[in-house]
Amino acid sequence: MFFTYVGRELRRRRRQAVVVASGLALGIGLVVTVSAMASGVRDAQSEVLRSLYGVGTDITVTQAAAAGSGGPVRIGFNPGSQRQEGKSFSRDQVVSPPGLGTISASQVRSLSKLQHVDAVAGGLTLTSIRAQGRFASGPSQSSGTGGVITNPTALPSEAPVGISTYSITGVDVTTTAVGPISPSEVHKGRYFSSKDTNAKVAILDASYAKQKKLAVGDAITISGTDYTVIGIATSPTGGQTSNVYIPLARAQELAGLTNKVNRIYVKADSASNISAVKSEIKHALPKATVTTAKDLASQVTGSLSSASSLSGDLGRWLSIAALIAAFAVASLLTMAAVGRRTREFGTLKALGWRSRRVVGQVMGEAVVQGILGGVLGLGLGAAGAYLVSKLSPTLQATVNDAATGVAGPPGGPIQQANHTVSVPLTTHLSATLLLLAIGLALIGGVLAGSLGGWRAARLRPAEALRRLD
Amino acid sequence: MYELRNVTKRYAKGRTTVSALEDVDLDIAEGEFLSVQGPTGQGKTTLLQLLGALDRPTSGSVRFEGRDLARMREGPLTQVRARNIGFVFQGFNLIPTLTAQENVETALVPLNVAGTERRRRARAALGDVGLGERARHLPFELSGGEQQRVAIARALVRDPKVILADEPTGNLDEGTRDEIIGLLERLWAERGQTVVLVTHDSGVARRAPRGAWIYEGRLSIVEPAGAVVEVAAEASGA
Repeated sequence: MFFTYVGRELRRRRRQAVVVASGLALGIGLVVTVSAMASGVRDAQSEVLRSLYGVGTDITVTQAAAAGSGGPVRIGFNPGSQRQEGKSFSRDQVVSPPGLGTISASQVRSLSKLQHVDAVAGGLTLTSIRAQGRFASGPSQSSGTGGVITNPTALPSEAPVGISTYSITGVDVTTTAVGPISPSEVHKGRYFSSKDTNAKVAILDASYAKQKKLAVGDAITISGTDYTVIGIATSPTGGQTSNVYIPLARAQELAGLTNKVNRIYVKADSASNISAVKSEIKHALPKATVTTAKDLASQVTGSLSSASSLSGDLGRWLSIAALIAAFAVASLLTMAAVGRRTREFGTLKALGWRSRRVVGQVMGEAVVQGILGGVLGLGLGAAGAYLVSKLSPTLQATVNDAATGVAGPPGGPIQQANHTVSVPLTTHLSATLLLLAIGLALIGGVLAGSLGGWRAARLRPAEALRRLD
Repeated sequence: MYELRNVTKRYAKGRTTVSALEDVDLDIAEGEFLSVQGPTGQGKTTLLQLLGALDRPTSGSVRFEGRDLARMREGPLTQVRARNIGFVFQGFNLIPTLTAQENVETALVPLNVAGTERRRRARAALGDVGLGERARHLPFELSGGEQQRVAIARALVRDPKVILADEPTGNLDEGTRDEIIGLLERLWAERGQTVVLVTHDSGVARRAPRGAWIYEGRLSIVEPAGAVVEVAAEASGA
């Protein structure tokens, strides 16, 4: 009887039921789309942070370079004992990124002993500056006088001298729990093994390998030393923090920074302990810059940040406003419907129906409308989310390198200030969102039903019948 | 069955108070067929609502089988209505979205009668009023007389002790009116239930063995009911 009555009544008030369900559907659809977008933005953000930050890393520790250190990079091309006119040259100079200081490896070990620290790994981020070109032929050569050039350093190279940079990261090969790269990102070849501690092996970022036409088994020359390429890595965002990964000891040797790192990757034993670990690290290393993923997220700028604000702030308030409007419309229409059915409810009460049974009937109708709205809303929301995914707008995230210690991209200026990563926006419809839609639909239905039911419950049968009969 | 003593019912209407019933005394025996006649707006329906536990008097007592309905809370009053009273309204008051059978079933819902039994009893009640073939029809598919017969079946289906009919023929033509009153008389004779019939129609009122006249909230008993017609003429100055 209950369901028959609910079904027939909704069919009778078809138009109103459609208006209420559509209103709820719009509100819920908006919430679903915005939430799916927000989830996509969050995923994009975490991918970006992962890309900029390190695998499994909760906290990174860097240290500003001491005042007065650094300075212009000098690359020596031609020792005085050699005649180099007309010869091509290629020189690498491996340096620690400007502004980034070093931390002793012993301090890395000390951090691993802190409470709530699950894993620690040191890393050495370096920038290799490569100058390539050909020495100019001296005027004496071209004139054929055969004179000896006594001061070869005075000869300029032929323009242009190609200056390119690429980034190298020294990886602690003894741990895979935390660090700048994970085994799962290596899609060709293999990851470092613990035996590679001092091996001349390298893993290349896929786009860098493609650009340099390098494959697994090939050799890459860094500062005159050949490294065998053992793996090619791709991060989900399509870009890596570094172009080349080599064992930490090798990187330290290249930069002349024995037992030094310039970045420490820390993983806390649980997300709730991250801030506690951060405090402990600050206490242990007072001069260090301790950055959590949350800190870094706040420094992300660009369209990703705008999308995050859009879905987080505007989207949230827009959804809330739409939901409130939908709930209000549903409630008002339900109350109005109860008003029109005074005679009906008065009769049922005269027949001995308890108020709660009448309220239950009103509530049942409102909840069914709510569920219809929820299903429609979920469909609308899914369509909206699909549309956003289909359009797949590309979001860009820019993070100041000082915050991450990340070297600039290849080919960029040496004094790279920011690091930008592009990531397509995708939307994610999860079971949680499904539950959210159903929950909102039920809330809308129950709210409208409660108000309508309250009006029905207050109805005194004698008054209801007297008014109309 | 009913004992009404010094029953007064007043309503607030804006700033004024309207007296619907004034100091009414009335006894109704079990199995009695009583008609209550009077012009519109003189308190007939108010009296019926007090008898039907739909309302409480402002003062006085309404005893039903020894229990004072005036002092009962809403829950027990609802129980009294559900178990003992069958209503028949002037406007039929059928649920427009439910079929004739489902409308009859609504009277069994408060008694928590199981679905199969509910349907069986509803079909039997419709058969009793000669509408067995129209059980699946919606109210708008039925004539006025048929709708009122469905309402009577709804009132009878739970076999109540009292049938309270408020102008049951008010919306019907003369032929149908006689048919409905004939049905109520037959059912009363067969089942022996107490019937209180409120009407402004003297032709209907005189069919009852005992009548009451109500005017300006005051009730007087006239036996036999046929005498009500004369009282009515006197009161109206004819």
